This record gives sequence, structure tokens and C-alpha cells, in this order.
Amino acid sequence: MSDLHTVNKSPFEKNSLESCLRLSKAGSAILLYEDGVYAALKGTAVENMIASAVSDKKVYVLGPDYKARGLADDRMIDGVEVVDYAGFVDLVDANDKVQAWV
Amino acid sequence: MSDTKNFMFLNRRAPYGTIYAWESLEVVLIAAAFEQNVSLMFADDGVYELTKNQDTAGIGMKNFSPTYRTLGDYEVRHMYVDKASLEARGLTADDLVQVEWEDWETEESVDNIVEVVDSERVAELLDESDVVFSF
Amino acid sequence: MKFSIQVNEGPYQHQASDSAYQFTKAALEKGHECFRVFFYHDGVLNGTRLTTPPQDDRNIVNNWTELAEKYDLDLVVCVAAAQRRGIVDDGEAERNGKDATNIAPRFRISGLGQLVEAAIQSDRLVVFGD
Repeated sequence: MSDLHTVNKSPFEKNSLESCLRLSKAGSAILLYEDGVYAALKGTAVENMIASAVSDKKVYVLGPDYKARGLADDRMIDGVEVVDYAGFVDLVDANDKVQAWV
Repeated sequence: MSDTKNFMFLNRRAPYGTIYAWESLEVVLIAAAFEQNVSLMFADDGVYELTKNQDTAGIGMKNFSPTYRTLGDYEVRHMYVDKASLEARGLTADDLVQVEWEDWETEESVDNIVEVVDSERVAELLDESDVVFSF
Repeated sequence: MKFSIQVNEGPYQHQASDSAYQFTKAALEKGHECFRVFFYHDGVLNGTRLTTPPQDDRNIVNNWTELAEKYDLDLVVCVAAAQRRGIVDDGEAERNGKDATNIAPRFRISGLGQLVEAAIQSDRLVVFGD
């Protein structure tokens, strides 16, 4: 099985997402939450990070954080899946362990 | 207490600017006392935790750098450094402290357990661990 | 499944405490077990009962206490981190000669060994921080 990686920082503020993507194995699950959700938007300078990550990793966004920040569903990068807190719990359950890129 | 787990401490913060590095080190010492298999990974600004010649006399804070050099005595067997993070900061292994390790029973010894590894190996090591502590 | 949670940041400054609370609540509501919530670094500030947010804001400390009452949660504040940041219970007040306590109901102060034990005993450790 694979690991769940959590990223809670904006990719414009910190390199957590970049390091997470570089240091996680293919097949990993990545959950963007808190300010990490900004990475899921189309049309940003870092769009390519997530757009290419979805080819060999599963990328999730925590819906409540995305919605709280006023982000529109149609601006989300294709291939990114939205989960709620119950879905977050399911991801932790379904993967071997959690690596937090705090 | 159930069986021994492979603990990985993922250190990604520079020392002194915030307390994460120091308080992370305190958990490492306790985990080792619980006889778990403890490894440390230094990536991103975490590589600055291991630099030589730290001198905190002028900032009124405790210099906890020497503690890293004693980790071998606490049965910490592996300290890995992410090569890309090191290179991005213009550092080499020579800029980092050396940590000796010796098994008192078998007299097996290693001069320096600090090991620079590439991204792929970092990903494998994190993946192979049972628990990753993030600070 | 048995979870443990580590909270590395204080309430209000960072979303970490809120996220940890929402996650823990969701896990418990799904029938999972929470072995322990361990508060470390500034996370120990989740455990002061003197917190008084404005009426229209959430009370994160009370949220933890109420969740602990409902599910019999073990809320542990790291002693070394708590001493640095002034979180005090009766025992600590006596040991260190302090004239007051501020630990919130259902929280307890204990050592880092509690975090290590939680990691050993639990199926998953989930870390929330900055």
C-alpha cells in the first residue's frame, strides 16, 4: 500500500508541496488542505506541479477549506478529487500511514 | 508495549528561528529511550540543523547543536540528508557535523552515520518507515 | 482503526488546531478510536481554560473539552513545552512554585513519552502543524 501525504501550505509561500511531490513515491495520495488548497487552482504559476502530479499520484482537496476560501469548483485542476473531513479520515484509514509536510 | 516500530523524524526547519528543531530533538531522545528504531531525515531547511560551528553566544539561546553529535550514543543508527536540499543551499557533507556510532556489545562501529541520499532514496526511506514524525 | 493526533500549533494563530479538531471529530463520528491527542510546541496553548474569544468566534479550548467529554478522549499537553509556555496544573504549580493554574478541563500534562507511546500503540499518527 501507499502513504497519504498532507500539504497545508500555499505553494506561493512555502516549498512544502514541491518537496512533498519530489520526495513521495508514485502511487501516493496527496491531500491539499488549509492554505494548501490554492495549489489546486488552474491558471496559476504552479499549475503544472499538480497537473503533472495527477499522472502518477492521486491528488485530493479538502472541500471545506477550498470552499472557505471562495474558490470556484470550475477552477480546479482536472483529475483532482474533492473530499470532506469524513473523506480525509477514510484516506488516512486506506493508506499505510500519513506523512505531514508541515 | 507492543513491538518495535521504525520511527522516522522528518526535519525540515532551520534551528533557532523557530523552536521546532530543538523540540523535535527532544522527542528523538525520548523515542530512543523507548527502544524504537529511530532514524532522522533532514530535508529543506532542516539540513541547516546539522551545520558545523554553530555559536549562539550572541543571541542568548541554548546551542543544541552538540546534541546531534551524541545521537549515536542514544542508539540512533541513521541520519539521512536529502542531497538536493543540501546542494540547493550550497552545502556539502563537509559542512555538516559527523556523528559516530558504536555498538557497545559487538564493538561494531561507524565513524559517521550522517549519510547524504538522493531524492529517490529519501522517498523510499520515508515509505519504508512505520511512523513519520513531522516537525 | 486506532488514531492518534499530534497538534503542533496554538489555537487561533494557525488553522492547525481547528483542522485537528475537525479531523478528530470526523474520525470519532465514523466509529474510529482515538487513542490520544498530543499537544506539542505552541499546541500546548490549546489547553488553557483562560482562553476567552469574542462571542461570535469559536471557542477551540471548549470544543476540545466537549469532544473529550463525549468520547472520553485523552488530551495530553507536553510537560516540557507547557512549562516553557506557562500551561500549569495543580501538580506543576506545586512543583514549580507557581501561584495559579490554567489547565482546561479534561486536559492533562504529561511527558513526551506519551507521544511516543501513542505512536507505538496507534495504527495511524496524524500530525497537524504550521
